[in-house]
Amino acid sequence: MTNKSALPVAPEKEEAMTRQIYLDNAATTKVLPAVVYEMLPYYTEGYGNPSSLYTFGQQARTALTNARERIARHLNAREQDLYFTSGGTESDNWALKETAFAYADKGKHIITSAIEHHAITHSCEWLKKHGFEITYLKVDEFGLIDPAVFEAAIRPDTTLASIIFANNEIGTIQPIKELAAIAHAHGLVFHTDAVQALANVRIDVADLDVDMLSASAHKFHGPKGIGFLYIRKGIKTRSFMDGGAQERKRRAGTENVPSIMGMAKALDICMDLFDERMELETRLRELLINRILAEVPYSRLNGHRSERLPGNTNFSFEFVEGESLLLTLEQKGILASSGSACASGSLDPSHVLLAIGLPHEIAHGSLRLTIGEDITTDDINFTVDTIKEVVSRLRAMSPLYEDFIAGKKPVSAVSHAHTLEH
Amino acid sequence: MPYSEKVMDHFTNPRNMGELTCPSGVGTVGNAQCGDIMRVYLDIDEAGVIRDVKFKTFGCAAAVATSSMATELVKGKTIHEALRITNKAVCEALDGLPPIKIHCSLLAEEAIHAALWDYAEKHNITIEGLSKPKSDIHEEEEDEEY
Repeated sequence: MTNKSALPVAPEKEEAMTRQIYLDNAATTKVLPAVVYEMLPYYTEGYGNPSSLYTFGQQARTALTNARERIARHLNAREQDLYFTSGGTESDNWALKETAFAYADKGKHIITSAIEHHAITHSCEWLKKHGFEITYLKVDEFGLIDPAVFEAAIRPDTTLASIIFANNEIGTIQPIKELAAIAHAHGLVFHTDAVQALANVRIDVADLDVDMLSASAHKFHGPKGIGFLYIRKGIKTRSFMDGGAQERKRRAGTENVPSIMGMAKALDICMDLFDERMELETRLRELLINRILAEVPYSRLNGHRSERLPGNTNFSFEFVEGESLLLTLEQKGILASSGSACASGSLDPSHVLLAIGLPHEIAHGSLRLTIGEDITTDDINFTVDTIKEVVSRLRAMSPLYEDFIAGKKPVSAVSHAHTLEH
Repeated sequence: MPYSEKVMDHFTNPRNMGELTCPSGVGTVGNAQCGDIMRVYLDIDEAGVIRDVKFKTFGCAAAVATSSMATELVKGKTIHEALRITNKAVCEALDGLPPIKIHCSLLAEEAIHAALWDYAEKHNITIEGLSKPKSDIHEEEEDEEY
């Protein structure tokens, strides 16, 4: 099995002075050189405004149409149903707020889950302030929504449901097709935030039968600040941006042509290499999970063991705090993310980790490592070796660990099915 | 998180980390739910001088660095000198902390006070200016606006 990157890299790429292992691909990804090359001519040469009537403008329009067709093909969507936005956050805000209001005469109840991205939960909070009622579906210990629980939450005045396709922290993939079918059986509009899922899970909007879907290019090697909202024909939603007649009069603003071209190229590459990428990421993920659980005592895997994104891992290490872990790993060249309060800049740990039932003190010690195509087996082995060393150093400093060793306090999470005791 | 070089130094190479086998006083403050706990061990001689000090901390880099600096500042000082070392002094000695991390320096001050309180109780003495430490300083803080 080769350790070569599953995606094309820049030919001049050389090993940096200090080895950097980027394991935060759920935060953002590297823009591929081929994507940049695709974008560049639309800045300096074909920079016309697609709304201009002369040929120079219409050439940009043609490029835009071409990008839309290519993206639509990967989703098995109608090209007219894709609306370009500034990214996942805008798509989520639009889908939630404007659709809720468009159907407000029918009812003001919305169903979502307890593990959504803040773009959804904060939009829901905003809607609540404007007279809507929100139900947050509980998830099980692996982060899965029970379709029966979803169905039971539907009321006569429910109009909209929004469920995250694959969770950004713990990587759990929801049974979207089943949930969409339940929504439609009750006449609901069904939206899914697929920001993490697109290009990492095969998505066929016709087969899944979803009404709306949000995506963002920088999660799949495209540029930042560009994404789209898929809105199936016939779904009522209001315009989120007022202005010109762009995007079938639904999203005003001059189209970001270079970024849209880059997004289309990035999706082309990711989908062309889909099988190789999934094989590589899944293999490295399994190596990482198996080694951590076997070699680091009092660790657990958060999220579902198999129904998870190919590149996602999320661990909790008892008696250590996430920010300390992150900073120490950074000193060793490993870039990761944590759900601890300190790392997030608030006093509460991640709502996702709390929703799957982790006690606060365990959630504070969480570490998310998300694998990209440049990562090798050596990188994973080095990462595990480093984590072992860092966790044991931090535990030697931890009064919680001292008490645990002295038998003073019971440990809450060690009995979990995913934890190996030593 | 923009930490000063001193904070990163004390986080990476903490001073006085560990425990004392026969401490004169031990204090533990903080709350695992909020993400930080500090424990300070003091060895105080008959003259009331802090001869040795150790700490253990579960928490972020600022929590580790403030514990390390606080123990440095009280080492070799008398009880009364130690009591005058405030969280502000700890912050300044570290070249400042990000605003959201100021509570860590308060926790370090509290941990020293808690260890002194424990010493006073064990020796049945009253230390002027020392009041019973709060076990959880987070009670006063407000949650992030949602």
